[in-house]
Parts: sequence; C-alpha cells; structure tokens
Amino acid sequence: MPARVGVVVFPGTNCEYDAATALAAEGADVRYVWHHDPELAGLDAVVLPGGFAHGDYLRPGAIARFSAVMEAVADFASGGRPVVGICNGFQVLCEAGLLPGALQKNAGLTFLCQPTDVEVTSTRSVLTCGARLGQRLTIPINHFSGAFVCDEATLDDLRAQDLVVLRYTDNPNGSVDDIAGITNVAGNVVGLMPHPERASSALLGSTDGLVLLSSLLDAVHARV
Amino acid sequence: MRFDARVEVRLRDGIADPEGATIERALPALGFHGVHGVRAGKSFRLSVDADSADAARTLAQSLADRLLANPVIERATVELVER
Repeated sequence: MPARVGVVVFPGTNCEYDAATALAAEGADVRYVWHHDPELAGLDAVVLPGGFAHGDYLRPGAIARFSAVMEAVADFASGGRPVVGICNGFQVLCEAGLLPGALQKNAGLTFLCQPTDVEVTSTRSVLTCGARLGQRLTIPINHFSGAFVCDEATLDDLRAQDLVVLRYTDNPNGSVDDIAGITNVAGNVVGLMPHPERASSALLGSTDGLVLLSSLLDAVHARV
Repeated sequence: MRFDARVEVRLRDGIADPEGATIERALPALGFHGVHGVRAGKSFRLSVDADSADAARTLAQSLADRLLANPVIERATVELVER
C-alpha cells in the first residue's frame, strides 16, 4: 500500500504542489491538509512545505504554530510518526517547539535562491535513513530567514546525539555549525532549509532530493 | 481600567543581529561617527483591560513571551505608557 502523506497548507504556503507532486512521483498517496484541520486521521506521514505561512508576519512560523493543525501535528509526532518541515515548515516546527533552535535572518541580509551543496551528516532520521553518510547533494535553498541559531547547550546536544542531518559544504547564510537540517532524538521529526522537492527531476537540474523523499516513504513502510 | 503598554522585542545578547550590524556600518557614510552597538528590534503598542497596572503588565508580558518574542533568540520587555 502506498504511504499516505499529508501536505499541510497554511494561508501563504506556496510549495505544497511541488512537494505533493514530487512525493506522488515517488509513489506516495498524497493529500492536502488545511491548517484548520484538527486531526490527521489516516495519514502515515506529514510534510510542512515551504512558503510564507501567514505572510511570515511577526516571524516566520510565529502565527502558523498556533493553527489547529499544529496540535494534531504535535500528537502525530509524539506517536513516532514521520513529520518533515521544509524551509518555512522547518521554521514552523522550531516555533512550535517540535525541534530546538530557531531560524534567524540570513547573515548577509539577502534573500537566497540558489542551488546549494549539502552533506548528509546523520542517517538516523526518517529523511536521511536511505542516504549514505557523507553523501553530497545539490539542492536549492530559497529563504531570507535560514540561519539556524541555538544556544551552546543545544548545539552540544545536537552534536552529541547525532541530530544534525544535513550540513552546508559552503555555508550560505551564517547557520551555526553549517547546519542545514536537524532531527529530534527519536529521528521522526526533521526540519531542513533546502527544498528536496525542487531537486526531484532532471528537468529541474537535480535529482538529488529524491534520496531524501524516498527515505521518508521507506521510513513509513519500515514502520508498518 | 484600560492601560496602554509598549512591548519591545530585542535579540538576546550573543545572537547575531545582521540588521543592526548593517545599519551600524551604514552610519559613517552618512556622517554619523562614534555610534556603536546598534541592535534592531521590534516595538508593539497595545491596550489592555485589567484591574490594575500590575495585572496589565503581567498580561502583556505573558503574551509577549508567548507570541511576540521567540524566547530562543529574543526577549521582550513591557512598559506601561501614559495614555
């Protein structure tokens, strides 16, 4: 049975179609979940795609985290089921406290939209379990607030528990420790700034995102 | 009673502030010299119905900590202001 993946749509989300299309091409049964939906019945995994939820007013993710769907996402995650936040979705997960740290304005104060090289630095997450440790991937980034920041204790914890799943090879935004993506201790909640769905076809210039998306679907099947 | 409050949200010490740094670097070009430590932040004005100034301040601080600031990188201070 195909993995049933919910793609959450907030007002201002703009990457839901890309994410859904890429996941469907990998064999997922994708459905959209509106931000008012208080439950995630019948889903095996949830993706929070990129965009500008609620216009990024106040801070990216600051308003979205209070959406009805986010309580359901927190329950879903606490049950060990896969939750992935891409770009704005990563910001929402941090604001919601489902991942540590925060995403701050890029060091250069410029909006960055470019292919970026990242290295897989941990394979213990649902998004990287099918990748090779040290694997280099070229995946686009598209953000203004993508600099991952956290306090020293959190950073020590992320390193010690092998929770940094992706690192930039040439840090574009000032993220601490070159962090491009992290996971929680259980490995089922992942946030990343690069957009794997935009590297999902040769027509888009790279297929390097596929190993991440297929990892997610494999992780679903491994659970069932 | 109704109290007017001003909430200021600033980045915590030690958190890089590229906006403040950029503003600071621009100042000499405009002829402003000897200005240091520029930190950018946000300011909010709001009115609160409460029984006392303390209660108004507590409510404003609570909403500031929960929504207006992200405690991971920011801190919020509340001041009641004259109407």
